Amino acid sequence: MDTDLSSQDRKDLDKFIKFFALKTVQVIVQARLGEKICTRSSSSPTGSDWFNLAIKDIPEVTHEAKKALAGQLPAVGRSMCVEISLKTSEGDSMELEIWCLEMNEKCDKEIKVSYTVYNRLSLLLKSLLAITRVTPAYRLSRKQGHEYVILYRIYFGEVQLSGLGEGFQTVRVGTVGTPVGTITLSCAYRINLAFMSTRQFERTPPIMGIIIDHFVDRPYPSSSPMHPCNYRAGEDNGAVYPSVEDSQEVCTTSFSTSPPSQLSSSRLSYQPAALGVGSADMGYPVLFAGGLNAAHPHQLIGPGKEGGVPPVPSQPAHGTQADQERMCTPLDGVHYSAATPSSSEDTETVSNSSEGKCGSPHDLLETIFIRKVGAFVNKPINQVTMANLDIPFAMFAPKNVELEDNDPMVNPPDSPETESPLQGSLHSEGSSGSSAGNTHDDFVMIDFKPAFSKDDILPMDLGTFYREFQNPPQLSSLSIDIGAQSMAEDLDSLPEKLAVHEKNVKEFDAFVETLQ
Amino acid sequence: MGLCPSTSSGPRSRAAAMNCRAEVLEVSVEGRQVEEAMLAVLHTVLLHRSTGKFHYKKEGTYSIGTVGTQDVDCDFIDFAYVRVSSEELDRALRKAVGEFKPPPCRPQDALRSSGSDGMGQISLEFYQKKKSRWPFSDECIPWELWTIKVNVVNLANEQERQICREKVGEKLCEKIINIVEVMNRHEYLPKMPTQSEVDNVFDTSLKDVQPYLYKISYQITDTLGTSVTTTMRRLIKDTLAL
Repeated sequence: MDTDLSSQDRKDLDKFIKFFALKTVQVIVQARLGEKICTRSSSSPTGSDWFNLAIKDIPEVTHEAKKALAGQLPAVGRSMCVEISLKTSEGDSMELEIWCLEMNEKCDKEIKVSYTVYNRLSLLLKSLLAITRVTPAYRLSRKQGHEYVILYRIYFGEVQLSGLGEGFQTVRVGTVGTPVGTITLSCAYRINLAFMSTRQFERTPPIMGIIIDHFVDRPYPSSSPMHPCNYRAGEDNGAVYPSVEDSQEVCTTSFSTSPPSQLSSSRLSYQPAALGVGSADMGYPVLFAGGLNAAHPHQLIGPGKEGGVPPVPSQPAHGTQADQERMCTPLDGVHYSAATPSSSEDTETVSNSSEGKCGSPHDLLETIFIRKVGAFVNKPINQVTMANLDIPFAMFAPKNVELEDNDPMVNPPDSPETESPLQGSLHSEGSSGSSAGNTHDDFVMIDFKPAFSKDDILPMDLGTFYREFQNPPQLSSLSIDIGAQSMAEDLDSLPEKLAVHEKNVKEFDAFVETLQ
Repeated sequence: MGLCPSTSSGPRSRAAAMNCRAEVLEVSVEGRQVEEAMLAVLHTVLLHRSTGKFHYKKEGTYSIGTVGTQDVDCDFIDFAYVRVSSEELDRALRKAVGEFKPPPCRPQDALRSSGSDGMGQISLEFYQKKKSRWPFSDECIPWELWTIKVNVVNLANEQERQICREKVGEKLCEKIINIVEVMNRHEYLPKMPTQSEVDNVFDTSLKDVQPYLYKISYQITDTLGTSVTTTMRRLIKDTLAL
């Protein structure tokens, strides 16, 4: 077979397949980030956009994919699979999809590698972009947040569909024949989401705590085979991974009847903003800290949909290569174990820092930070207990159990705590799983759905806003005591201020003249 | 390229005569969902039928620009799709779809007739230009035709609308899968042209991407089943073009 294919063609084909596999993984994972993706068209070829498509590379994802491939290519019996699963804040998880890149033995000897195969792979990637938006997991991923998160896992080998439940459906994205076999890209997706409907939207206090670690340098969102479909703005990522640009091979952009010219390697600059992340702090690594609810059923921060997705992994590997298994057990939250030695070099930074952080539940409590509000956060901020005050807006962070009572953002100081059912719902219903719900037992929770508000991407956005600002805290300057005090101080300092201004009269006059 | 009401001969009959690939998709939507549903389908097709801009170099080689993509969320349908990141292309499609307004069923018709709702169809045709000698004009040879039949329904209340949002979203997902299936059959595509021929195959007027030459036409049928949109001028032109 190889004798029919020139060595240059064989090299090109291997390169195309390799980068096709990497781009496939990027497209799939990025489609499950929960955000709208947007990349720009460019009329001039950059030499770094494989398959003439602007698909950004998330370094972590590329790293994971390369690790899974381990220098191999999809071949007969060796498929590259991307598993997308869902994990609730209560620890339940469920496989949603398996995307498979397979190769079979059916060869197309006549096909031109450098042109036809390349263009068909490009078309297949476009189809993948389209299909990733129509499977049920897309809508789930757009709504991910503190109730559940979407995780991904890449493995190489035999396809395992048993986790999808009964009656799963498959959709074939497309096939491309090559001289060494036919590449097939398909997706098997679960249709039985039964447990989701009963548990997903129950407003129960979360069992898991969520640590959002702003200030620790974590190269990895997780140290497990299951990775959150989130992205961390990566100033530091390049230092941890072999950066994409270092290993980026040239991509063919020149076509003719002759073999493609080799362009010099170009940097593939990664721009987080292009992914549509915006100001949302998507990538802050989030680790579960379980067991916090034992004594203190805290209202823990739900990160916004993108913010601080828990990295996860409570799942055992599904019989895949053990060396890819990295367990960072979120369930008990106390121990962070780097699973296997082979992955330790990748996980050490995370597990070391996480272990340093998570030595005990108490430490966990102490290292919980306030989540920074991202662009798409839709829940009121109910902060977790803080012991370490090295955080912004620390004054708003309630201590331990006194979550909401002392929170001026939630409980306006001068207004009655719960004066109406709606306000009751502000404190408990508006944020999922409020632990202080018992104070509002007397009130009926009303699902406040203002007219014309969208409830898919940003649920209850208008409603939440309305509820929050129904009873805003009183302005401090209007408070009599504070006002009187400051007035007295102002009066005292008035003569001094006047004297200073008198001295600077000339400057003021000059300034006024510049304005005219 | 452009919007033109179809003639009674219709693009489909011409396409059949020309042996081009023809695909038909059918959707039932509420009036305000028509535009988004059409755009979703058209953009998905054009995503697959657009390349980066060609830059021809010496020795007969050319390089290709990069196509960007972006997600679009529908407002009236529980659905999202991917389109090419090209504002020019988006504007062209919105203009075409904006003029396509199949009427919903009028109340008096519902009482009188069988109660059928308004119907229409929009066609997206990819074609190649074939230069002819003077005095004959260039011939447009279609090689792929997508026809989207739209059935506009009337809904009685908000609950029905909500159900319709979800149902139409699911239907559109099926349509996208159908489109992708057709695209990946790797059937006939025009050969990559030389520099002198590129305008016969591709629409090179856009500055950031390069779709295959296409035209959009539509046909609206009222509840009485008669075609109300024809253009005699086009009919004559077609006849003269032979």
